[in-house]
Amino acid sequence: MGQASPAEGNDPRPVIAEFVDVHRHYKMGDNVVRALNGVSVQVRKGDYLAIMGRSGSGKSTMLNLLGCLDRPTSGEYRVGGRDVSRLDDDDLSDVRGREIGFIFQSFNLIPQLTVLENLEVPLFYQGRVGPASREKAEYLASRVGLGGRLEHRPLELSGGQQQRVAIARALMNDPLFLLADEATGNLDSNTEREILDLFDSLRPDGVTIVIVTHNPKVAERADHTLWLKDGKVEQLIDNRLTAGRDSAAAGDHP
Amino acid sequence: MIRDTMRMVQLGLKSLMLHKLRSSLTTAGILFGVASVIAMLAVGEGASKEALDRFRDMGVTNILVRSVKPPDTAQSSSQSAMTAVAYGLLYLEAELIQAALPAAKVVRIREVQRPLMRGEYFKTTIVVGTEPGFLEVANMKAREGRWLSETDELRLSNVCVLGASIAQTLFPLENPMDQTVLTGTDDRYRVVGVLDYQGRAAGPAGTTYDECMFIPMSTSRRRFGEEVSTSSGGSFKRERIELNEVKVKVPGSEDVQTAARIIRDLVGEAHKAQSDVEITVPLELLKQEEASKRMFNIVLAVIASISLLVGGIGIMNVMLATVTERTREIGIRRALGAKKHHIVQQFLVEAGVLSALGGLVGVGLGLIVPRLITLWFQQLTIVQWPHVLLAFGISAAVGVVFGIYPAWRAANMDPVEALRHE
Repeated sequence: MGQASPAEGNDPRPVIAEFVDVHRHYKMGDNVVRALNGVSVQVRKGDYLAIMGRSGSGKSTMLNLLGCLDRPTSGEYRVGGRDVSRLDDDDLSDVRGREIGFIFQSFNLIPQLTVLENLEVPLFYQGRVGPASREKAEYLASRVGLGGRLEHRPLELSGGQQQRVAIARALMNDPLFLLADEATGNLDSNTEREILDLFDSLRPDGVTIVIVTHNPKVAERADHTLWLKDGKVEQLIDNRLTAGRDSAAAGDHP
Repeated sequence: MIRDTMRMVQLGLKSLMLHKLRSSLTTAGILFGVASVIAMLAVGEGASKEALDRFRDMGVTNILVRSVKPPDTAQSSSQSAMTAVAYGLLYLEAELIQAALPAAKVVRIREVQRPLMRGEYFKTTIVVGTEPGFLEVANMKAREGRWLSETDELRLSNVCVLGASIAQTLFPLENPMDQTVLTGTDDRYRVVGVLDYQGRAAGPAGTTYDECMFIPMSTSRRRFGEEVSTSSGGSFKRERIELNEVKVKVPGSEDVQTAARIIRDLVGEAHKAQSDVEITVPLELLKQEEASKRMFNIVLAVIASISLLVGGIGIMNVMLATVTERTREIGIRRALGAKKHHIVQQFLVEAGVLSALGGLVGVGLGLIVPRLITLWFQQLTIVQWPHVLLAFGISAAVGVVFGIYPAWRAANMDPVEALRHE
């Protein structure tokens, strides 16, 4: 499959994440599983991209590669213009810590730490914890609507609140993009909508979002949906041009 | 840097607080190890100091040759009441020793048990007949007055010097100097001196020299003769002893071995059959004690390492469980930018905190237990700070060493797998 880019033509916005003919093959005994088989995609600053596909389509593999948790078998992955596909474990950790904001399905806050301490974890590994980081944590907590709960433990919060903390945590290191994995999978539909609204509210600040999901309702809130099938890009849909987008918008404003 | 370390320790404590019971049980393993090491060392140190002091008080350059009652006299007592049982050292033997070791100081001692009286005060004790050289050889000092002189010896003077305790017993309220002490009915001795309190069990027959009265050798021979009569259970028993003890002081500790060999050849052989003479070489005992102390320390080190090993295994066990339980957390931290060494650090600090806490409390307990032992068993204990530091240091090191493998396992998890872990 050829090149896929959400933004056609001469887009002035910089490319912040780019797959160039990425393959990821696993050895399973004598077989080779081609989880990703030549994917090329560009994400530009400010994009809101959903990645969809059935199970076994290569979604999870793509997520791991995008998140620098894994390395491609062949091809290039550029983050902020730098090829990270051959970096060693330490450098890859640095890329994760500085450039990527992870949001997980099950929130993944550290239970023994307070909200504030959870927010500071990404900066801790870059030696950037201090009064400035505390200020930033306070700002982001109020930005996601959790101003007064910095000293709470994650288990004292509802699922939606925990995911808000996780979103604030993902923003702590000013990442190039947010990488969300089924970010609303564990939430009821009301809370889901709140979280998706929160994503929308971040976009005017120039936040770039990549969300991996199997839920069409979640995907259609994004600008583009990338469909994966058998480890390849099947199609790239601009949601802003389809009717589904309008009905979703209508749902937002009854 | 210090901030980050503080944070790591704080984080470690927080994680340990997740499982309070488990953490405290693991800590207890180290705690008791450390406490018992400190306590055992303190007891060993105290016991060995007591022994060493005792031998040192005998004099490291001394060789003590004592007459002992031969084991068969008990049976022969029924033989005849008329013939005295003769045993022990002879005057001649003391002269032989002096001739063989001209540089040594040889002091002869005769001991006779007699009741001492002074007015209404009364005490049966040992009257030591000895020579002027005794004071130096026994390493004692006169507190008041003077010691026995050559003149006393030559003139068979009826003078005496009192040990500190007997002086207190006979003269509780007055100064004993120039007073008179009676032995038996009409033997009178003028007190010319009182000795310093010595307080050690270095005297004859289960007493200390503090309990003894000292008179000139010549006087003792004249007054008491060589035969001692005792009556026990209606039967009369006579013993003939010339000398109870000969103390030999050689010029330096390097001469002790040679002198001891000569004395054993000279005196020991002759008395071997009857085994009525005992030769004590304090320096040899001292060396034996030091050797056994070394041995004790080795045994202790082995026990200590075993108990700390057990504690360490406990820590490793708990850390492995912790790492498995917190696989998810490890995955999260890796996703948020933690490098492998950060994860290693985190779990090492946790293991270190666990064992250091145990070590700290163990030191506390290890300082209390020896006091209790001293209190309850009257056993001298000496806590040495280097031992305390050593025990604590080892315990902390144990935590780190046994934490390495679990931490390494944590760091080398595949982040993708770790994040998927339920």
